[in-house]
Amino acid sequence: MKNKRIVITGVGVVASNGIGKDAFMQALKQGKSGIKRWDEFEKLNIKCQIGGVPDLDSIELNEYLPRIFADKLTNKGIIYGCLAGLEAWKDAGLKPNREQVDYSSGIIMGAGDLTSDSWLSREFPTYLIDRGESRKLGSRTISECMNSGAVAYLNNLLGLGNRVQANSSACITGSEAVLMGYEYLQTGRVEKMLCGSTEGDGRYIWGGFDAMRVLCNDSNDNPAYGSRPMSSTSSGFVPSGGSGALVLETLESARNRGAKIYAEILGGHTNSGGQRGVGTMTANDPEAVVRCIKSAMESAEIKPEEIDLISGHLTSTKGDPIEVENWVKALEREGDDFPMINAPKSMIGHSIAGAGSIELIACALQIKNNFIHPSLNTDKIHPNISSKIFGGCIPQRCHEQKINTVVKANFGFGDLNCVIVLKKFT
Amino acid sequence: MDMTITQENVKNDLIEIIKSYLSEEIVVSEISEDNHLINDLKINSAHIVDIVLDIEDKFGILIDDDAIGEMNTVQDSIDMVLKKAA
Repeated sequence: MKNKRIVITGVGVVASNGIGKDAFMQALKQGKSGIKRWDEFEKLNIKCQIGGVPDLDSIELNEYLPRIFADKLTNKGIIYGCLAGLEAWKDAGLKPNREQVDYSSGIIMGAGDLTSDSWLSREFPTYLIDRGESRKLGSRTISECMNSGAVAYLNNLLGLGNRVQANSSACITGSEAVLMGYEYLQTGRVEKMLCGSTEGDGRYIWGGFDAMRVLCNDSNDNPAYGSRPMSSTSSGFVPSGGSGALVLETLESARNRGAKIYAEILGGHTNSGGQRGVGTMTANDPEAVVRCIKSAMESAEIKPEEIDLISGHLTSTKGDPIEVENWVKALEREGDDFPMINAPKSMIGHSIAGAGSIELIACALQIKNNFIHPSLNTDKIHPNISSKIFGGCIPQRCHEQKINTVVKANFGFGDLNCVIVLKKFT
Repeated sequence: MDMTITQENVKNDLIEIIKSYLSEEIVVSEISEDNHLINDLKINSAHIVDIVLDIEDKFGILIDDDAIGEMNTVQDSIDMVLKKAA
């Protein structure tokens, strides 16, 4: 199966702590939190009143998107996805096709639930239906609600003619999209795949999580401290929105056009605990997680000791100590032999379906630019973590250092796991 | 505020509405009354529904589905507003 080398040649990102790869990288290095308090949630009796919302007001949408997109698109997940996808495509040195269709390239852009997204300057669509005014929905409700909405609008801009798909697998959606693109590229039936994911933000998505009592409930007055993965005081995840997109390409194609290369994808794996044993809808079975990490390393043909950095799923919940334990088991490394481990969610919150792709971009940027971003709010490490790994493995500040091999993991509802191995391209 | 509904007022408001649905190559200042919305202005036919809704909101009128079929050119649309708002 693995007969081609696949590299990342473009990235685009919309995150709560920065829009665009330059702003995002700056934020990662500085340890900038994108989490803010949102007063509307207090009025709605939602306990978690903090979250990460990409600041669309900080950019002129018209400068990035065509007029009809900038003026009329209302679904934030789709807007984020279009911005990230377009940036990645251009970052790879590629141009949107004006008249031609590019049959050698495709897209996989996953989404969580675009229907539950927040809608700019527009009522939630179902309200109109319930009031008997469905005729006022207009022509875009279906195309903005369908889970392939982001990929459909994005491809309206790009004109790609190979596989154009949307996957949806809860919190692994983004990393799964990249893995799907990587595996499809291996078949030799495509040259480039634009892969990523998107998630909007706001009360309709976050209210449901709040009702599950899985969101942070103790930091409304101190938003930047809310997301504290691996802490002994983690009280739940901080929700956020955003999108990431990566151009994956065969090394042959990248070399032929002299493209810059962020990192090579060595391999990866996705599996499920089957919701049997300890695994449930909302809790991942540790055995399956360990198996997934091991299979990813096997697919990448790397040994555990080669890993320099783990970019954890680490959500700031009681799952974090279990996740670290799973890493220790899978890698058979512990104490001060454990690799560095950081949590991008400590800055941007949990972007749900958007998380995997945004976090993979963080990995690619760290590899390409020789740094390890800090993991915020780790002043009190959970005892079940500090008993297994050396505290110095968790970066409190940005480390400027060369890293060769990074493993990115995401775990999601439905007992889903996805692990991807990236390596510095040499 | 001038509330008079004249051909010119309606035309200006209408162009303001359809502007967002035009592709980048259409020059707004060159739109004329006899332009066909779909054939000349290249508006996606699915978006005619959205333009009708925007017109309804702007002028406080109701344009039923059968009447939408009569709105082919910019002038047809102006006439529709003038008729319904009369």
